[in-house]
Amino acid sequence: MDAVQVEVLLQTLIAGILLGGLYALIGIGMTLIMGVMKIINLAHGELMMVAMYLAYWLFVLFNIDPYLSVFIAAPLMFFFGMAIQKYLINPVLKVESILPENQVILTVGIGMVLANLATILFTSDYRSVPVEYASDAWYLSDFWRDSPVELSLSVPWSISFLFAVVITVALWFFLTRTDTGKSIRATAQDMDAAVLMGVNVERMRLITFGLGAALVGAAGCLFIPIYYLYPALGGRFTLIAFVITILGGLGSTVGAIIGGLILGIFESLTATYVGMGWAPVGRFAIFIAALIFLPGGVASILRRQRLGK
Amino acid sequence: MLKVKDIDVFYGDVQVIWGVSFHVKKKEIVSLIGANGAGKSTILKTISGLLRPASGEVLFEGRPIHTIKPFKLIEMGIVHVPEARRLFVEMTVEENLDMGSLKAEAKKRREQTKEMVFELFPRLKERRRQIAGTLSGGEQQMLAIGRGLMSLPRLMMFDEPSLGLAPILVKEIFNVIKRIRDEGTTVLIVEQNVKQTLSIADRAYVLENGRIVMEGTGEEMLRNEHVKTAYLGV
Ligand SMILES: Nc1ncnc2c1ncn2[C@@H]1O[C@H](COP(=O)(O)OP(=O)(O)OP(=O)(O)O)[C@@H](O)[C@H]1O
Ligand SMILES: [Mg+2]
Repeated sequence: MDAVQVEVLLQTLIAGILLGGLYALIGIGMTLIMGVMKIINLAHGELMMVAMYLAYWLFVLFNIDPYLSVFIAAPLMFFFGMAIQKYLINPVLKVESILPENQVILTVGIGMVLANLATILFTSDYRSVPVEYASDAWYLSDFWRDSPVELSLSVPWSISFLFAVVITVALWFFLTRTDTGKSIRATAQDMDAAVLMGVNVERMRLITFGLGAALVGAAGCLFIPIYYLYPALGGRFTLIAFVITILGGLGSTVGAIIGGLILGIFESLTATYVGMGWAPVGRFAIFIAALIFLPGGVASILRRQRLGK
Repeated sequence: MLKVKDIDVFYGDVQVIWGVSFHVKKKEIVSLIGANGAGKSTILKTISGLLRPASGEVLFEGRPIHTIKPFKLIEMGIVHVPEARRLFVEMTVEENLDMGSLKAEAKKRREQTKEMVFELFPRLKERRRQIAGTLSGGEQQMLAIGRGLMSLPRLMMFDEPSLGLAPILVKEIFNVIKRIRDEGTTVLIVEQNVKQTLSIADRAYVLENGRIVMEGTGEEMLRNEHVKTAYLGV
Protein backbone atom coordinates (compact mmCIF):
# COMPACT_ATOMS: atom_id res chain seq x y z
CA MET A 1 0.00 0.00 0.00
CA ASP A 2 1.30 3.41 -0.83
CA ALA A 3 0.61 6.52 1.21
CA VAL A 4 -2.45 7.46 -0.80
CA GLN A 5 -4.07 4.08 -0.30
CA VAL A 6 -3.38 4.22 3.41
CA GLU A 7 -4.88 7.68 3.50
CA VAL A 8 -8.03 6.51 1.76
CA LEU A 9 -8.40 3.55 4.08
CA LEU A 10 -7.90 5.61 7.24
CA GLN A 11 -10.21 8.31 5.97
CA THR A 12 -12.86 5.67 5.22
CA LEU A 13 -12.54 4.14 8.67
CA ILE A 14 -12.85 7.55 10.32
CA ALA A 15 -15.98 8.29 8.33
CA GLY A 16 -17.34 4.87 9.25
CA ILE A 17 -16.78 5.36 12.97
CA LEU A 18 -18.39 8.82 12.90
CA LEU A 19 -21.41 7.44 11.07
CA GLY A 20 -21.46 4.38 13.34
CA GLY A 21 -21.72 6.55 16.43
CA LEU A 22 -24.89 8.13 15.11
CA TYR A 23 -26.24 4.77 13.98
CA ALA A 24 -25.63 3.43 17.49
CA LEU A 25 -27.80 6.17 18.93
CA ILE A 26 -30.62 5.23 16.56
CA GLY A 27 -30.18 1.53 17.29
CA ILE A 28 -30.13 1.93 21.07
CA GLY A 29 -33.56 3.57 21.00
CA MET A 30 -35.05 0.70 19.04
CA THR A 31 -33.37 -1.98 21.10
CA LEU A 32 -34.56 -0.43 24.38
CA ILE A 33 -38.13 -0.50 23.13
CA MET A 34 -37.62 -4.04 21.90
CA GLY A 35 -36.28 -5.16 25.29
CA VAL A 36 -39.08 -3.75 27.39
CA MET A 37 -42.09 -4.16 25.10
CA LYS A 38 -40.97 -7.14 23.05
CA ILE A 39 -42.03 -5.37 19.86
CA ILE A 40 -40.02 -3.95 16.99
CA ASN A 41 -40.90 -0.29 16.60
CA LEU A 42 -41.16 0.05 12.84
CA ALA A 43 -41.99 3.77 13.16
CA HIS A 44 -38.53 4.45 14.54
CA GLY A 45 -37.08 6.16 11.49
CA GLU A 46 -40.24 8.22 11.06
CA LEU A 47 -39.87 9.49 14.62
CA MET A 48 -36.41 10.62 13.62
CA MET A 49 -37.83 12.34 10.57
CA VAL A 50 -40.30 14.24 12.76
CA ALA A 51 -37.45 15.46 14.97
CA MET A 52 -35.48 16.48 11.89
CA TYR A 53 -38.33 18.65 10.62
CA LEU A 54 -38.56 20.15 14.08
CA ALA A 55 -34.88 21.03 14.00
CA TYR A 56 -35.22 22.27 10.43
CA TRP A 57 -38.05 24.68 11.21
CA LEU A 58 -36.42 25.82 14.44
CA PHE A 59 -33.45 26.81 12.31
CA VAL A 60 -35.40 28.42 9.48
CA LEU A 61 -37.88 30.31 11.66
CA PHE A 62 -35.85 31.15 14.75
CA ASN A 63 -32.31 30.61 13.54
CA ILE A 64 -31.70 28.05 16.27
CA ASP A 65 -28.64 25.92 15.62
CA PRO A 66 -29.46 22.20 15.11
CA TYR A 67 -27.13 21.26 17.94
CA LEU A 68 -29.11 23.47 20.24
CA SER A 69 -32.31 21.90 18.90
CA VAL A 70 -31.22 18.59 20.43
CA PHE A 71 -32.23 20.05 23.77
CA ILE A 72 -35.63 21.09 22.44
CA ALA A 73 -36.47 18.25 20.07
CA ALA A 74 -35.38 15.37 22.32
CA PRO A 75 -37.68 16.35 25.23
CA LEU A 76 -40.55 17.00 22.82
CA MET A 77 -40.00 13.62 21.19
CA PHE A 78 -39.94 12.06 24.65
CA PHE A 79 -43.49 13.26 25.27
CA PHE A 80 -44.54 12.42 21.72
CA GLY A 81 -43.24 8.87 22.20
CA MET A 82 -45.04 8.51 25.52
CA ALA A 83 -48.27 9.72 23.92
CA ILE A 84 -47.95 7.17 21.11
CA GLN A 85 -47.38 4.42 23.64
CA LYS A 86 -50.22 5.51 25.87
CA TYR A 87 -52.92 6.27 23.33
CA LEU A 88 -52.09 3.99 20.41
CA ILE A 89 -49.96 1.02 21.43
CA ASN A 90 -51.23 0.37 24.95
CA PRO A 91 -54.91 0.06 23.97
CA VAL A 92 -53.93 -2.53 21.36
CA LEU A 93 -51.77 -4.33 23.92
CA LYS A 94 -54.81 -4.77 26.13
CA VAL A 95 -56.93 -6.56 23.57
CA GLU A 96 -56.03 -10.16 24.21
CA SER A 97 -57.11 -11.53 20.87
CA ILE A 98 -54.55 -9.35 19.14
CA LEU A 99 -51.20 -10.99 18.56
CA PRO A 100 -47.94 -9.16 19.23
CA GLU A 101 -47.43 -9.12 15.46
CA ASN A 102 -50.35 -6.75 15.23
CA GLN A 103 -48.65 -4.25 17.49
CA VAL A 104 -45.75 -4.30 15.08
CA ILE A 105 -48.16 -3.68 12.22
CA LEU A 106 -49.59 -0.81 14.24
CA THR A 107 -46.15 0.80 14.40
CA VAL A 108 -45.86 0.44 10.62
CA GLY A 109 -49.15 2.30 10.34
CA ILE A 110 -47.98 5.05 12.67
CA GLY A 111 -44.85 5.42 10.56
CA MET A 112 -46.87 5.68 7.34
CA VAL A 113 -49.17 8.31 8.81
CA LEU A 114 -46.20 10.38 9.99
CA ALA A 115 -44.46 10.14 6.61
CA ASN A 116 -47.63 11.10 4.72
CA LEU A 117 -48.40 13.96 7.07
CA ALA A 118 -44.91 15.30 6.51
CA THR A 119 -45.38 15.07 2.75
CA ILE A 120 -48.68 16.95 2.92
CA LEU A 121 -47.33 19.63 5.21
CA PHE A 122 -43.85 20.08 3.82
CA THR A 123 -44.01 18.53 0.28
CA SER A 124 -41.59 15.84 -0.70
CA ASP A 125 -38.80 18.32 -1.45
CA TYR A 126 -35.29 17.60 -0.28
CA ARG A 127 -34.15 20.21 2.20
CA SER A 128 -30.96 20.91 4.02
CA VAL A 129 -29.98 23.33 6.70
CA PRO A 130 -27.28 25.77 5.60
CA VAL A 131 -25.22 25.94 8.77
CA GLU A 132 -22.06 28.01 8.34
CA TYR A 133 -19.75 25.26 9.48
CA ALA A 134 -21.22 22.67 7.09
CA SER A 135 -17.98 22.19 5.17
CA ASP A 136 -15.42 23.13 7.82
CA ALA A 137 -12.80 20.55 8.57
CA TRP A 138 -9.69 19.98 10.62
CA TYR A 139 -6.59 18.73 8.84
CA LEU A 140 -3.95 16.56 10.36
CA SER A 141 -1.19 18.64 8.73
CA ASP A 142 -2.34 21.69 10.69
CA PHE A 143 -1.40 19.89 13.88
CA TRP A 144 1.46 17.75 12.67
CA ARG A 145 3.30 19.39 9.85
CA ASP A 146 5.47 16.41 8.85
CA SER A 147 2.71 13.84 8.96
CA PRO A 148 3.29 11.16 6.33
CA VAL A 149 -0.41 11.01 5.52
CA GLU A 150 -2.97 13.76 5.24
CA LEU A 151 -6.31 13.19 6.99
CA SER A 152 -9.25 15.48 7.45
CA LEU A 153 -12.00 15.53 10.02
CA SER A 154 -15.26 17.24 9.19
CA VAL A 155 -16.29 19.69 11.91
CA PRO A 156 -20.05 18.98 11.91
CA TRP A 157 -19.51 15.21 11.68
CA SER A 158 -17.17 15.36 14.65
CA ILE A 159 -19.52 17.47 16.72
CA SER A 160 -22.43 15.17 15.91
CA PHE A 161 -20.35 12.17 16.87
CA LEU A 162 -19.29 13.75 20.15
CA PHE A 163 -22.91 14.57 20.96
CA ALA A 164 -23.85 10.96 20.25
CA VAL A 165 -21.11 9.70 22.56
CA VAL A 166 -22.10 12.05 25.37
CA ILE A 167 -25.78 11.09 25.06
CA THR A 168 -24.89 7.40 25.06
CA VAL A 169 -22.74 7.76 28.17
CA ALA A 170 -25.49 9.73 29.90
CA LEU A 171 -27.97 7.00 29.00
CA TRP A 172 -25.61 4.38 30.40
CA PHE A 173 -25.46 6.27 33.69
CA PHE A 174 -29.23 6.52 33.75
CA LEU A 175 -29.71 2.81 33.10
CA THR A 176 -27.14 1.60 35.61
CA ARG A 177 -27.16 4.20 38.37
CA THR A 178 -30.77 5.24 38.88
CA ASP A 179 -33.64 3.19 40.23
CA THR A 180 -35.78 4.08 37.23
CA GLY A 181 -33.03 2.94 34.89
CA LYS A 182 -32.58 -0.31 36.77
CA SER A 183 -36.33 -0.83 36.76
CA ILE A 184 -36.36 -0.48 32.98
CA ARG A 185 -33.66 -3.13 32.66
CA ALA A 186 -35.41 -5.35 35.20
CA THR A 187 -38.68 -5.08 33.26
CA ALA A 188 -36.87 -6.16 30.10
CA GLN A 189 -35.31 -9.16 31.84
CA ASP A 190 -38.29 -10.49 33.78
CA MET A 191 -41.51 -8.57 33.78
CA ASP A 192 -43.36 -10.58 36.44
CA ALA A 193 -40.41 -10.48 38.81
CA ALA A 194 -40.23 -6.71 38.28
CA VAL A 195 -43.90 -6.41 39.22
CA LEU A 196 -43.26 -8.44 42.37
CA MET A 197 -40.50 -5.99 43.30
CA GLY A 198 -42.92 -3.10 42.98
CA VAL A 199 -42.05 -1.85 39.51
CA ASN A 200 -44.89 -0.06 37.77
CA VAL A 201 -44.39 -1.86 34.48
CA GLU A 202 -46.87 0.27 32.57
CA ARG A 203 -44.99 3.38 33.57
CA MET A 204 -41.71 1.78 32.49
CA ARG A 205 -43.25 1.07 29.09
CA LEU A 206 -44.22 4.71 28.73
CA ILE A 207 -40.81 5.96 29.79
CA THR A 208 -39.04 3.49 27.54
CA PHE A 209 -41.00 4.41 24.44
CA GLY A 210 -40.47 8.07 25.28
CA LEU A 211 -36.77 7.47 25.77
CA GLY A 212 -36.47 5.56 22.50
CA ALA A 213 -38.19 8.40 20.67
CA ALA A 214 -36.02 11.02 22.39
CA LEU A 215 -32.83 9.16 21.47
CA VAL A 216 -33.74 8.76 17.83
CA GLY A 217 -34.97 12.38 17.87
CA ALA A 218 -31.61 13.54 19.17
CA ALA A 219 -29.95 11.51 16.42
CA GLY A 220 -32.20 13.28 13.91
CA CYS A 221 -31.00 16.71 15.08
CA LEU A 222 -27.40 15.49 14.85
CA PHE A 223 -27.96 14.41 11.25
CA ILE A 224 -29.37 17.78 10.23
CA PRO A 225 -26.04 19.60 9.70
CA ILE A 226 -24.59 16.68 7.72
CA TYR A 227 -27.51 15.21 5.85
CA TYR A 228 -30.52 16.30 3.86
CA LEU A 229 -34.13 15.92 4.80
CA TYR A 230 -37.23 14.59 3.04
CA PRO A 231 -40.43 12.95 4.32
CA ALA A 232 -39.65 9.43 3.13
CA LEU A 233 -36.29 9.21 4.85
CA GLY A 234 -37.86 7.50 7.84
CA GLY A 235 -38.25 4.13 6.18
CA ARG A 236 -34.59 4.01 5.37
CA PHE A 237 -33.57 4.72 8.94
CA THR A 238 -36.12 2.30 10.37
CA LEU A 239 -34.40 -0.35 8.31
CA ILE A 240 -30.99 0.77 9.54
CA ALA A 241 -32.18 0.64 13.16
CA PHE A 242 -33.66 -2.80 12.54
CA VAL A 243 -30.42 -4.13 11.08
CA ILE A 244 -28.48 -2.72 14.06
CA THR A 245 -30.92 -4.30 16.50
CA ILE A 246 -30.55 -7.70 14.86
CA LEU A 247 -26.80 -7.31 14.55
CA GLY A 248 -26.48 -6.26 18.18
CA GLY A 249 -28.87 -8.83 19.58
CA LEU A 250 -32.47 -7.96 20.41
CA GLY A 251 -32.71 -5.81 23.49
CA SER A 252 -28.98 -5.38 24.12
CA THR A 253 -27.75 -1.80 24.44
CA VAL A 254 -24.07 -2.64 24.28
CA GLY A 255 -24.89 -4.84 21.31
CA ALA A 256 -26.60 -1.89 19.62
CA ILE A 257 -23.54 0.31 20.10
CA ILE A 258 -21.23 -2.29 18.59
CA GLY A 259 -23.79 -3.11 15.89
CA GLY A 260 -24.05 0.58 14.99
CA LEU A 261 -20.30 0.92 14.68
CA ILE A 262 -19.98 -2.25 12.60
CA LEU A 263 -22.69 -1.08 10.24
CA GLY A 264 -21.23 2.43 9.97
CA ILE A 265 -17.76 1.14 9.16
CA PHE A 266 -19.07 -1.49 6.77
CA GLU A 267 -21.18 1.05 4.87
CA SER A 268 -18.29 3.44 4.67
CA LEU A 269 -16.03 0.71 3.30
CA THR A 270 -18.62 -0.31 0.68
CA ALA A 271 -19.08 3.30 -0.37
CA THR A 272 -15.33 3.80 -0.85
CA TYR A 273 -14.33 0.50 -2.39
CA VAL A 274 -17.43 -0.65 -4.23
CA GLY A 275 -19.28 2.53 -5.03
CA MET A 276 -21.40 5.22 -3.45
CA GLY A 277 -24.70 3.63 -4.37
CA TRP A 278 -23.80 0.25 -2.94
CA ALA A 279 -24.17 1.08 0.74
CA PRO A 280 -27.76 -0.28 0.96
CA VAL A 281 -26.61 -3.52 -0.63
CA GLY A 282 -23.84 -3.80 1.92
CA ARG A 283 -26.35 -3.16 4.67
CA PHE A 284 -28.57 -5.94 3.36
CA ALA A 285 -25.63 -8.33 3.07
CA ILE A 286 -24.56 -7.73 6.65
CA PHE A 287 -28.15 -8.18 7.81
CA ILE A 288 -28.43 -11.57 6.15
CA ALA A 289 -24.98 -12.56 7.37
CA ALA A 290 -25.93 -11.64 10.94
CA LEU A 291 -29.13 -13.69 10.74
CA ILE A 292 -27.31 -16.72 9.42
CA PHE A 293 -24.00 -16.68 11.26
CA LEU A 294 -24.83 -14.79 14.45
CA PRO A 295 -28.51 -15.35 15.25
CA GLY A 296 -28.23 -13.92 18.78
CA GLY A 297 -26.26 -10.92 17.58
CA VAL A 298 -23.23 -9.38 19.23
CA ALA A 299 -25.04 -9.75 22.55
CA SER A 300 -24.81 -13.54 22.36
CA ILE A 301 -21.00 -13.30 22.15
CA LEU A 302 -20.88 -10.84 25.04
CA ARG A 303 -23.12 -13.06 27.12
CA ARG A 304 -21.08 -16.14 26.41
CA GLN A 305 -17.97 -14.35 27.55
CA ARG A 306 -19.53 -12.98 30.69
CA LEU A 307 -21.17 -16.21 31.72
CA GLY A 308 -17.96 -18.04 30.94
CA LYS A 309 -19.66 -20.53 28.65
CA MET B 1 -52.79 -10.87 59.13
CA LEU B 2 -53.52 -12.55 55.79
CA LYS B 3 -56.91 -13.99 55.05
CA VAL B 4 -57.75 -15.87 51.87
CA LYS B 5 -61.50 -16.33 51.58
CA ASP B 6 -63.08 -18.86 49.29
CA ILE B 7 -61.10 -18.08 46.13
CA ASP B 8 -61.58 -19.66 42.72
CA VAL B 9 -58.75 -19.17 40.24
CA PHE B 10 -58.72 -19.96 36.53
CA TYR B 11 -56.14 -20.12 33.77
CA GLY B 12 -58.31 -19.12 30.85
CA ASP B 13 -61.25 -21.50 31.07
CA VAL B 14 -59.54 -24.02 33.26
CA GLN B 15 -60.25 -23.79 36.96
CA VAL B 16 -57.28 -24.83 39.10
CA ILE B 17 -58.21 -23.46 42.54
CA TRP B 18 -61.58 -24.37 44.05
CA GLY B 19 -62.96 -22.43 47.00
CA VAL B 20 -59.70 -22.19 48.89
CA SER B 21 -59.72 -20.47 52.30
CA PHE B 22 -56.94 -20.15 54.83
CA HIS B 23 -55.30 -17.59 57.01
CA VAL B 24 -51.93 -16.62 58.40
CA LYS B 25 -51.56 -14.97 61.79
CA LYS B 26 -48.92 -12.45 62.73
CA LYS B 27 -45.45 -13.95 63.26
CA GLU B 28 -46.53 -17.42 62.26
CA ILE B 29 -44.86 -19.72 59.80
CA VAL B 30 -47.67 -21.24 57.79
CA SER B 31 -47.03 -23.80 55.12
CA LEU B 32 -49.01 -25.02 52.13
CA ILE B 33 -48.04 -28.49 51.09
CA GLY B 34 -49.17 -30.46 48.10
CA ALA B 35 -47.97 -32.50 45.14
CA ASN B 36 -46.84 -31.15 41.79
CA GLY B 37 -49.64 -29.31 40.10
CA ALA B 38 -51.78 -29.06 43.23
CA GLY B 39 -52.01 -25.30 42.79
CA LYS B 40 -49.57 -24.01 45.40
CA SER B 41 -47.81 -21.51 43.14
CA THR B 42 -51.13 -20.41 41.73
CA ILE B 43 -52.31 -19.45 45.21
CA LEU B 44 -49.19 -17.41 45.92
CA LYS B 45 -49.46 -15.67 42.56
CA THR B 46 -53.05 -14.83 43.35
CA ILE B 47 -52.08 -13.32 46.69
CA SER B 48 -49.37 -11.23 45.07
CA GLY B 49 -51.72 -10.05 42.34
CA LEU B 50 -50.11 -11.69 39.31
CA LEU B 51 -53.39 -13.60 38.97
CA ARG B 52 -56.88 -12.47 39.92
CA PRO B 53 -59.39 -14.67 41.72
CA ALA B 54 -62.60 -15.14 39.75
CA SER B 55 -64.44 -15.06 43.06
CA GLY B 56 -63.54 -14.79 46.71
CA GLU B 57 -61.34 -12.32 48.54
CA VAL B 58 -57.81 -11.83 49.72
CA LEU B 59 -57.47 -9.62 52.78
CA PHE B 60 -54.28 -8.27 54.28
CA GLU B 61 -54.70 -6.71 57.70
CA GLY B 62 -58.38 -6.48 56.96
CA ARG B 63 -57.97 -4.67 53.65
CA PRO B 64 -58.85 -6.34 50.33
CA ILE B 65 -55.71 -6.68 48.20
CA HIS B 66 -57.05 -8.69 45.27
CA THR B 67 -58.29 -5.51 43.65
CA ILE B 68 -55.24 -3.28 43.93
CA LYS B 69 -52.47 -3.04 41.34
CA PRO B 70 -49.95 -5.85 41.90
CA PHE B 71 -46.89 -3.60 41.99
CA LYS B 72 -48.36 -1.80 45.00
CA LEU B 73 -48.38 -4.87 47.23
CA ILE B 74 -44.75 -4.49 48.15
CA GLU B 75 -45.55 -1.07 49.58
CA MET B 76 -48.05 -2.73 51.90
CA GLY B 77 -45.33 -5.00 53.23
CA ILE B 78 -45.93 -8.19 51.25
CA VAL B 79 -43.14 -9.76 49.26
CA HIS B 80 -43.19 -12.91 47.16
CA VAL B 81 -39.96 -14.87 46.61
CA PRO B 82 -41.06 -16.69 43.48
CA GLU B 83 -40.58 -20.25 42.32
CA ALA B 84 -37.34 -20.74 40.34
CA ARG B 85 -35.97 -17.54 41.91
CA ARG B 86 -36.72 -15.27 38.99
CA LEU B 87 -33.66 -13.11 39.49
CA PHE B 88 -32.69 -10.35 37.11
CA VAL B 89 -30.04 -12.57 35.61
CA GLU B 90 -28.14 -9.93 33.68
CA MET B 91 -27.80 -7.62 36.65
CA THR B 92 -25.23 -7.82 39.40
CA VAL B 93 -25.96 -9.22 42.85
CA GLU B 94 -26.04 -5.72 44.25
CA GLU B 95 -28.36 -4.41 41.54
CA ASN B 96 -30.75 -7.25 42.29
CA LEU B 97 -30.75 -6.20 45.92
CA ASP B 98 -31.39 -2.60 44.87
CA MET B 99 -34.40 -3.80 42.92
CA GLY B 100 -35.79 -5.23 46.14
CA SER B 101 -35.72 -1.84 47.82
CA LEU B 102 -37.48 0.50 45.43
CA LYS B 103 -40.20 1.71 47.75
CA ALA B 104 -39.33 4.94 49.56
CA GLU B 105 -39.17 3.49 53.04
CA ALA B 106 -36.89 0.61 52.02
CA LYS B 107 -34.76 2.84 49.81
CA LYS B 108 -33.94 5.11 52.72
CA ARG B 109 -32.46 2.14 54.58
CA ARG B 110 -31.00 0.39 51.54
CA GLU B 111 -27.37 0.29 52.62
CA GLN B 112 -28.26 -0.78 56.15
CA THR B 113 -30.52 -3.59 54.96
CA LYS B 114 -27.89 -4.67 52.47
CA GLU B 115 -25.38 -5.10 55.29
CA MET B 116 -27.95 -7.17 57.15
CA VAL B 117 -28.46 -9.40 54.08
CA PHE B 118 -24.70 -9.74 53.64
CA GLU B 119 -24.39 -10.76 57.25
CA LEU B 120 -27.06 -13.40 56.69
CA PHE B 121 -25.42 -14.59 53.45
CA PRO B 122 -21.71 -13.70 53.52
CA ARG B 123 -21.27 -15.38 50.17
CA LEU B 124 -23.36 -12.71 48.52
CA LYS B 125 -21.06 -10.04 49.87
CA GLU B 126 -18.03 -11.63 48.21
CA ARG B 127 -19.94 -11.76 44.96
CA ARG B 128 -21.69 -8.42 45.09
CA ARG B 129 -20.44 -7.35 41.66
CA GLN B 130 -21.00 -10.71 39.99
CA ILE B 131 -23.76 -11.11 37.39
CA ALA B 132 -26.67 -12.95 39.03
CA GLY B 133 -26.98 -15.44 36.17
CA THR B 134 -23.50 -16.76 36.95
CA LEU B 135 -24.23 -17.60 40.59
CA SER B 136 -24.66 -21.21 41.68
CA GLY B 137 -28.17 -22.46 42.39
CA GLY B 138 -27.73 -22.08 46.13
CA GLU B 139 -26.34 -18.57 45.82
CA GLN B 140 -29.20 -17.64 43.53
CA GLN B 141 -31.70 -18.77 46.14
CA MET B 142 -29.88 -16.73 48.76
CA LEU B 143 -30.04 -13.72 46.48
CA ALA B 144 -33.75 -14.25 45.83
CA ILE B 145 -34.36 -14.29 49.58
CA GLY B 146 -32.04 -11.34 50.10
CA ARG B 147 -33.82 -9.36 47.40
CA GLY B 148 -37.11 -10.06 49.15
CA LEU B 149 -35.71 -9.00 52.52
CA MET B 150 -34.54 -5.69 51.02
CA SER B 151 -38.17 -4.55 50.91
CA LEU B 152 -38.44 -4.81 54.72
CA PRO B 153 -41.48 -7.07 54.40
CA ARG B 154 -43.99 -7.85 57.10
CA LEU B 155 -45.25 -10.90 55.23
CA MET B 156 -42.83 -12.96 53.20
CA MET B 157 -44.04 -15.70 50.87
CA PHE B 158 -41.61 -18.38 49.69
CA ASP B 159 -42.33 -20.65 46.75
CA GLU B 160 -40.22 -23.81 47.00
CA PRO B 161 -37.07 -22.18 48.34
CA SER B 162 -35.33 -25.54 48.72
CA LEU B 163 -35.89 -26.64 45.13
CA GLY B 164 -32.78 -28.19 43.62
CA LEU B 165 -30.49 -27.51 46.58
CA ALA B 166 -28.10 -29.91 48.30
CA PRO B 167 -29.34 -31.17 51.72
CA ILE B 168 -26.89 -29.03 53.65
CA LEU B 169 -28.06 -25.89 51.85
CA VAL B 170 -31.68 -26.84 52.34
CA LYS B 171 -31.02 -26.88 56.05
CA GLU B 172 -29.34 -23.51 55.89
CA ILE B 173 -32.25 -21.99 53.97
CA PHE B 174 -34.78 -23.33 56.45
CA ASN B 175 -32.72 -21.95 59.32
CA VAL B 176 -32.70 -18.57 57.65
CA ILE B 177 -36.46 -18.67 57.20
CA LYS B 178 -36.87 -19.47 60.87
CA ARG B 179 -34.58 -16.62 61.76
CA ILE B 180 -36.54 -14.24 59.55
CA ARG B 181 -39.69 -15.16 61.44
CA ASP B 182 -37.96 -14.85 64.80
CA GLU B 183 -37.03 -11.31 63.85
CA GLY B 184 -40.68 -10.47 63.38
CA THR B 185 -41.67 -11.24 59.77
CA THR B 186 -44.66 -13.45 59.10
CA VAL B 187 -43.97 -16.35 56.72
CA LEU B 188 -46.09 -18.25 54.24
CA ILE B 189 -44.16 -21.07 52.62
CA VAL B 190 -44.99 -23.47 49.83
CA GLU B 191 -42.86 -26.59 49.70
CA GLN B 192 -42.53 -30.12 48.48
CA ASN B 193 -39.87 -30.77 51.04
CA VAL B 194 -42.64 -31.66 53.44
CA LYS B 195 -40.77 -33.02 56.42
CA GLN B 196 -38.45 -30.08 56.92
CA THR B 197 -41.21 -27.58 56.24
CA LEU B 198 -43.56 -29.12 58.76
CA SER B 199 -40.86 -29.16 61.37
CA ILE B 200 -40.49 -25.37 61.21
CA ALA B 201 -44.14 -24.56 60.47
CA ASP B 202 -46.57 -23.48 63.19
CA ARG B 203 -49.50 -24.53 61.05
CA ALA B 204 -49.96 -26.16 57.69
CA TYR B 205 -52.60 -26.76 55.05
CA VAL B 206 -52.65 -29.67 52.64
CA LEU B 207 -53.67 -28.82 49.10
CA GLU B 208 -54.88 -31.50 46.71
CA ASN B 209 -56.16 -30.81 43.22
CA GLY B 210 -56.78 -27.17 43.99
CA ARG B 211 -58.71 -27.80 47.21
CA ILE B 212 -57.64 -27.65 50.83
CA VAL B 213 -58.20 -31.09 52.30
CA MET B 214 -56.61 -30.80 55.69
CA GLU B 215 -55.18 -28.38 58.18
CA GLY B 216 -53.42 -28.52 61.52
CA THR B 217 -50.30 -27.63 63.42
CA GLY B 218 -46.94 -28.70 62.04
CA GLU B 219 -46.63 -31.42 64.65
CA GLU B 220 -50.12 -32.78 64.08
CA MET B 221 -49.41 -33.00 60.39
CA LEU B 222 -46.16 -34.85 60.94
CA ARG B 223 -48.09 -37.46 62.92
CA ASN B 224 -51.07 -37.66 60.55
CA GLU B 225 -51.42 -40.98 58.71
CA HIS B 226 -52.55 -39.49 55.42
CA VAL B 227 -49.71 -36.99 55.38
CA LYS B 228 -47.28 -39.73 56.33
CA THR B 229 -48.24 -42.01 53.49
CA ALA B 230 -48.87 -39.37 50.83
CA TYR B 231 -46.08 -36.89 51.50
CA LEU B 232 -43.51 -38.34 53.85
CA GLY B 233 -43.18 -41.68 52.16
CA VAL B 234 -43.40 -43.68 55.35
N1 LIG C 1 -49.89 -20.38 32.98
C1 LIG C 1 -50.67 -21.46 33.09
N2 LIG C 1 -51.59 -21.74 32.14
C2 LIG C 1 -52.39 -22.81 32.26
N3 LIG C 1 -52.35 -23.68 33.26
C3 LIG C 1 -51.45 -23.47 34.24
C4 LIG C 1 -50.55 -22.35 34.20
N4 LIG C 1 -49.77 -22.40 35.29
C5 LIG C 1 -50.16 -23.49 35.98
N5 LIG C 1 -51.16 -24.15 35.36
C6 LIG C 1 -51.84 -25.37 35.83
O1 LIG C 1 -52.40 -25.09 37.09
C7 LIG C 1 -52.23 -26.18 37.96
C8 LIG C 1 -51.58 -25.72 39.24
O2 LIG C 1 -50.28 -25.23 38.95
P1 LIG C 1 -49.30 -24.65 40.04
O3 LIG C 1 -48.11 -24.12 39.34
O4 LIG C 1 -50.02 -23.75 40.93
O5 LIG C 1 -48.91 -25.97 40.83
P2 LIG C 1 -47.89 -26.17 42.03
O6 LIG C 1 -48.67 -26.75 43.14
O7 LIG C 1 -47.16 -24.94 42.30
O8 LIG C 1 -46.94 -27.29 41.44
P3 LIG C 1 -45.34 -27.45 41.57
O9 LIG C 1 -45.11 -28.10 42.88
O10 LIG C 1 -44.99 -28.38 40.45
O11 LIG C 1 -44.72 -26.11 41.46
C9 LIG C 1 -51.44 -27.23 37.19
O12 LIG C 1 -52.34 -28.20 36.73
C10 LIG C 1 -50.84 -26.47 36.04
O13 LIG C 1 -50.73 -27.28 34.91
MG1 LIG D 1 -45.24 -24.36 42.05
